[in-house]
Amino acid sequence: MATVTQRNLLDVDKLTISYRVEDQWIQAVRDFQLQLGRGHIIGLVGESGSGKSTVALALMRYLSRNGRVEKGSRLVFDGEDLLSKPNAEMRRLWAKRIKFVPQNAAAALNPSIKIGRQVTETLKAADGIDGHEAYERMIRMFHDVNLVDPERVAERYPHELSGGMQQRVTIAMALISNPELLILDEPTTGLDVTTEAVILDLVRRLIAERDTSVVYITHNLGVVAQLCERALVLYAGEIMEEASVLDLFQQPRHPYSLGLISSVPKPGQSKRAAPLQSIAGNPPSLTRIPSGCVFANRCPLVLDLCRERKPPLETLEDGRLVRCHRWSEMEAGMQPVSPILRPPSPSLWRASPEREKGRNALLDTTGEKERKKPLPLHGVAQAQTRRGGVWGGGNDNTLMRATDLSKHFPVERKVSEILGRLDPAPIRAVDGVDLRLRAGQTLGLVGESGSGKTTLARLIIGLEERSGGTLELLGMDVRNSVRDRSQDVLSKLQMVFQNPQNSLNPYLSVRQAIRRPLIKLRGFAPAEADAEALALLERVNLRAEYAERYPDELSGGEKQRVAIARAFASDPDLIICDEPVSALDVSVQSAVLNLLAELQDEHGSAYLFISHNLSVVGYLADAIAVMYLGQLFEVGEARELFQSPYHPYTEALVSAIPVPDPLHATERILLSDDLPSAQNLPSGCRFHTRCPRKIGEICETDKPPWRQGDAGHLIRCHIPLDELTNAQSGLVLTDETD
Amino acid sequence: MKSFTVSRAYGAFMRTARSQLRHPQSAVGTLLVVFFLILALFGPQLAPYPNPNDQSHSLRAAPTLDIGGLRLGEHPFGTDRLGRDVYSRVILGAGSIFRIAGLGTLISVVLGSALGLFMGYQGGWVDEIIGRVIDALLAIPALLLALVLIGIIRNLDFAAGSWQAALADNVILLVISLLYIPIVARVARSTTLDIKTREFVEAAEIRGESQFYIIFREILPSVIPSLVVEASLRFSYAIFLVASLGFLGFGARPPSPDWGLMVNENRGGFYQLTPWALEFPALAIAILVIAVNLMSDGIRRAVQKGS
Repeated sequence: MATVTQRNLLDVDKLTISYRVEDQWIQAVRDFQLQLGRGHIIGLVGESGSGKSTVALALMRYLSRNGRVEKGSRLVFDGEDLLSKPNAEMRRLWAKRIKFVPQNAAAALNPSIKIGRQVTETLKAADGIDGHEAYERMIRMFHDVNLVDPERVAERYPHELSGGMQQRVTIAMALISNPELLILDEPTTGLDVTTEAVILDLVRRLIAERDTSVVYITHNLGVVAQLCERALVLYAGEIMEEASVLDLFQQPRHPYSLGLISSVPKPGQSKRAAPLQSIAGNPPSLTRIPSGCVFANRCPLVLDLCRERKPPLETLEDGRLVRCHRWSEMEAGMQPVSPILRPPSPSLWRASPEREKGRNALLDTTGEKERKKPLPLHGVAQAQTRRGGVWGGGNDNTLMRATDLSKHFPVERKVSEILGRLDPAPIRAVDGVDLRLRAGQTLGLVGESGSGKTTLARLIIGLEERSGGTLELLGMDVRNSVRDRSQDVLSKLQMVFQNPQNSLNPYLSVRQAIRRPLIKLRGFAPAEADAEALALLERVNLRAEYAERYPDELSGGEKQRVAIARAFASDPDLIICDEPVSALDVSVQSAVLNLLAELQDEHGSAYLFISHNLSVVGYLADAIAVMYLGQLFEVGEARELFQSPYHPYTEALVSAIPVPDPLHATERILLSDDLPSAQNLPSGCRFHTRCPRKIGEICETDKPPWRQGDAGHLIRCHIPLDELTNAQSGLVLTDETD
Repeated sequence: MKSFTVSRAYGAFMRTARSQLRHPQSAVGTLLVVFFLILALFGPQLAPYPNPNDQSHSLRAAPTLDIGGLRLGEHPFGTDRLGRDVYSRVILGAGSIFRIAGLGTLISVVLGSALGLFMGYQGGWVDEIIGRVIDALLAIPALLLALVLIGIIRNLDFAAGSWQAALADNVILLVISLLYIPIVARVARSTTLDIKTREFVEAAEIRGESQFYIIFREILPSVIPSLVVEASLRFSYAIFLVASLGFLGFGARPPSPDWGLMVNENRGGFYQLTPWALEFPALAIAILVIAVNLMSDGIRRAVQKGS
């Protein structure tokens, strides 16, 4: 670095940003520094509240009215001091040289102006170009961001485009003026993995072509590993570590970086091997920033020194920055003794041997020596094959069986349809799903948004009434709506929701939330219920004093623990988990996943675990079902998810995962991001419109058959399995070698 | 509401109170409302002449109030043409306006929110039908509806002492409740529609809770903040309506110390003789309505910040 004579494009030092919140100035970002050369790409990683979005806006000197940059900060862009620039000059910079791509493209685009005008307007502001010339440049730019049919896109309004297309438009809008600096703030966070892969690919290519410098802000370590050259880890408003991506992922020098990297499940990592690592505790409140190290209260390597004195941001020999008193010990290989690498809580540690025993007992059924061989299918199967006897043992251990389950949402008729006495086609959210869950096991359900996985879950739990099919739980017929179900069925089926913010009533204390199902569904007397509620709290690793707290006094992870305790209160046999960790920060997510795995071993409850994150599903599930446009396309053992043969759709999903390992490189299979409408489904195989392995007309005309693989692995495709295996041998993500 | 534990409700109250005092406008509004409330509660003790129809004073005496000299004098607001002390009558008038407007607001908020919660949670055709009826009611101007209802009820002949007669005596209360129930119901309904999609309501549904439990234990607490705002707003409208009806002669009957009635009795030719007998009750109405509005703005601010 020292030998570089070329001036950095961006040179930030001692940047401190404060916000005024209720008569008090809070320092959201402290002592931030960043040097970025031309054509380089740096990732800014941090959890919510780490100050990463504040930094993003401050780099453009664009702060909200209650924000300010403190004295002594240095912010230089291409040799010019941005902090002393008048606003008019800043506007000229924003128009042309510094561009920003926001997280929420739908909110960033003006809903009442056609796309074409919005994009050409930016050209006018940047270069004074308008009319035909601007239009031509816009069309070229739309081609560059792979927007199909650019002329038509230009004529549309933002709401007529899919999320992925909207984000491409904002990227096109940012790049059309050939900016020198591009700041992307979580541009793929709300998108599906498949769309995310497309956007990342796009960003990578466009940057390489244009020599643009990029600051990429994200909480997703996988994205950083796959896209960036250097990465900067922020925590509670301070830099913890800055290093090349390779160094950071291979030898993190800060305990927080290490914790963060090891708490993300990698594709192929499974609960059967070991619990995930996690970081205990919560980040400090910005109103009470500790005088010592900000990470001290969660750090497994904490010393008295750390609490007393803030560690300086040191530059190491290899050019990285670290803010830790003990980095040299980390360098000397201390991490293996760090408690971060042990299970996160004492009670989990205690539970582990039992858990191992449980697992072994499970494995014993197939013979201990044969661990390499996949277990017979435990989770799911399809009706046609059920008679074929792939499951061997009949229906022993069957907890729940859904047959031909459907949900068709009626569509309101248009005037023309009422006059013509036509019934419009319903939206087939779930369309003929056969599913079997075994007691005590986890079935992972994956698919893009719009695949119908949440509707399927709501049919099972009874929050939606099914249009067809049957549902059996422990041999009992389960009624359609939750209102008609017996106490018995209700207590056996529970749910953990996605958004911890909304899943607890803000006006009920933790104790009240947990005791209610005990009284209602298990007939406890109030005093017994209180005692049991405390016991349940302890089981989810919350101290007894949490009983009297209210949801707004809990962090996201704590709320989700309470929601889990509430779900377990009725002693259910099946818990439906709908994206239970997707709203949580990475460091908290792993602790919740561990908790779910542990409780399952103690309780023997089965989970139907829904997630768009394949690594998370792969970690927790025993069996997997892949859903697309209301139907299942692949079912099998969890380990099969990351091994060929795949269904071509699964293959695309798996290849799109941003793997948190910079050395990992797969050929990405990019899908177009327009999911067909569930009202107007493709004929033949529903996936043929996007399938990269489409073999011909048969895919468009005939429904694909279920094909059987090993151990009950089922794939619904016209391509025979051995051909799929041959074609897909390159894509093996699992490193489970046992 | 047991779920609304005392400490929690107290905390919310203190937060609102503190926020009220931080903003000068809402602090002034709240203090004035409290001042009038004290007048309403302790009027007979505070008024120099607790009998509102005490005609023993000199006729048409000018006000003796001297603000600069901090002196009230014999008849601070003067006396009217019948020799009644206007100061006492204004103080005594606070009671009836608070009773009718306050009670009317309370009844309409309680019944209106129950209706709105039910409509919002139930949805479907129940919501559709009640919703249309409410829309129709809201299309009629409030004062017109009030006058028609009062006209009908006052003209019915009831046996003295029967419940119908009691109803006819409190016809204004009835009218305020009927007028504001639909408005409150609409507010409660729209908030309920937002709350019922929250996952904690679904969690209660999959526990098999009754509709009653879900509406009152799970949803109601989250609706209360917007109901409090709505109640304060309704209260200010109710004061205005009570005063208007009094002025039009549909409210209290003479010799009640009703502010609206006092304005009516002293207008026209009497205004030349005793302007103070009109001006002071009119001022009281204006100040109270403005004060309640300022307070209501403050409550809205506090509630919105808290949520």
